[in-house]
Amino acid sequence: MRFRLILRPHSEPGGFGRPANWFTFHFDTYMRGRPNSGGSSANGFRHMATIDSLSSESETHDEHGHDHDHPAWLAHHFDTPEQQFDSGKLGIWLFLVTEVLFFSGMFCAYAMFRMLRPEVFEGCSQFLNTKLGAINTGVLLFSSLTMAWAVRCAQTEEYKKLVVMIASTLSCAMVFLGVKSIEYSHKWGMGLLPPGSYFYDEANPHPTMQQIVDQHGFSESTAYFLTHSLYYLCAPFALLLVGVFIWLVYSKVTDKQFQYACAKPLLVVCLSFFGGVGLGMVLESGGEHSEHAVAHVDGEHAGEHGDAHAEDHAHEHGDEAGDETHAEADHADAVVASAEGNDVAIELLAESDLNTGAKAMLEAKQAQADMATGQIVPPGVEADLGIHKVERDVQTKRQAGVFFGIYYCMTGVHAIHILAGIGVLVWLLVRAIRHDFNRQYFGPVDYVGLYWHLVDLIWIYLFPLLYLIR
Amino acid sequence: MSAHGHSDDGTDFAHPMPLPVLFGVFIALVILTIITVAQASLDLGSYDIAVVMGIATIKACLVAGIFMHLIYDKPFNIIVFLSSFVFVGLFVIFTLSDSKMTSPSFEPKVDEPAATAGM
Repeated sequence: MRFRLILRPHSEPGGFGRPANWFTFHFDTYMRGRPNSGGSSANGFRHMATIDSLSSESETHDEHGHDHDHPAWLAHHFDTPEQQFDSGKLGIWLFLVTEVLFFSGMFCAYAMFRMLRPEVFEGCSQFLNTKLGAINTGVLLFSSLTMAWAVRCAQTEEYKKLVVMIASTLSCAMVFLGVKSIEYSHKWGMGLLPPGSYFYDEANPHPTMQQIVDQHGFSESTAYFLTHSLYYLCAPFALLLVGVFIWLVYSKVTDKQFQYACAKPLLVVCLSFFGGVGLGMVLESGGEHSEHAVAHVDGEHAGEHGDAHAEDHAHEHGDEAGDETHAEADHADAVVASAEGNDVAIELLAESDLNTGAKAMLEAKQAQADMATGQIVPPGVEADLGIHKVERDVQTKRQAGVFFGIYYCMTGVHAIHILAGIGVLVWLLVRAIRHDFNRQYFGPVDYVGLYWHLVDLIWIYLFPLLYLIR
Repeated sequence: MSAHGHSDDGTDFAHPMPLPVLFGVFIALVILTIITVAQASLDLGSYDIAVVMGIATIKACLVAGIFMHLIYDKPFNIIVFLSSFVFVGLFVIFTLSDSKMTSPSFEPKVDEPAATAGM
């Protein structure tokens, strides 16, 4: 007992390339035992009672009211494979719209903070390793290529290639996560964290566990996590690798062909995470020197209040006391600095995590002030050295912390999307090995592909916005 | 599964992308990435962000158009997807202009001393 209603709007499409029913809105009511109810609500639509277009098979099966009048991959509420594909495609596009809007919230937060504090972004972006970001961009672009290729293979029914392409996409996703975990663990060890837990100290960028506990007030377990975070990040993937390996051996021993065929590519996928970790380590250690040099120069430029630097400053001025022409500008500033008096110095003292550093800075300031006696500062001269520079330092808990908060939020949510993508790609891989797809039913591959490309699209914007700020 | 014939509706709606196109797009994307990284070491002043976003948008168009198959897609899908960016634009513009006008009143330019700011 089957009655099928298809309601189409009056305007039939046309002139848009292929004569597809792109704007056709299908209410496909499928009623058992309740004929003719519900059709009245569709005013303004032309009613068309159609028979199933797969009629040759459908007619024979209506009598036992079963779903076998269509191939297993065509859901019974769709007339044609194309209709099923188009409905699914519209659905996935709508989902991608919600994804775009969802990410736009984070991009908006980024734009706001960058508009308010451009210097914080310039300063903090130096801590992001451009090499790692660029490699990850390349890896994601390549995975997009293999994904698009996989869609093509599903459409042309090249099953072997389809499995290879999906597995390559998965491997690229794992490499991406491996590189990412190197980036994260490196930053966590340096204390480049969101506000509240940010504890980066230029004088000691790589504190030991004990120093994190003593100087920054973290609990021992937190400090252990921060200094050993790479192991924690790798642990789930290591467990996964071991699990897949056991599965592979088990399916080989018990001669389960299908499971063996699934476990083989998945083992490669799990291994490629550690390939990514290795790649990240090589690049990170290669980039270590330059990255820190940049950070150091930046720190000096911004007026460092680390102890060593302040002491150098004091000695330098003490030795060159006679060289008045050279030190003229400095002297003028020192007067301004001393005029502002102890308040600023106390602030500085309080702001510094290392008390010795602040004391040395005080001494340096005192030395400058002593040397400057007798110098005249014309009113209106903008003095920019000495204590005033501290304002420009962006490596503070609050400011740099917000940058890293945004950084972790955006890249973290992106990484969660990668994880979700890995999940659905594994599902696709199993189905591809099962030969589920054909040239009339490749929707799932296409939909996952669209999702994957959107994740890539977001990274295309994230990479220059976070890593490439000067 | 594929034992079922596919001539039921007479039309083949799959549109496989030719491989040379896919490779071409990939190479273009890689080249554009290299350009983005390279331009970061040049000083373009205030045009910097415009250049970066311009290159990223070209890349995004390539991915959306070819990899996501959008240029061969149904116009309705294109409208749906692109309309999301209209709303993103509205959202970002209004939020940014609001924050630009109001934030000086609650966002101090200089950090307060750490002692009073707390951890």
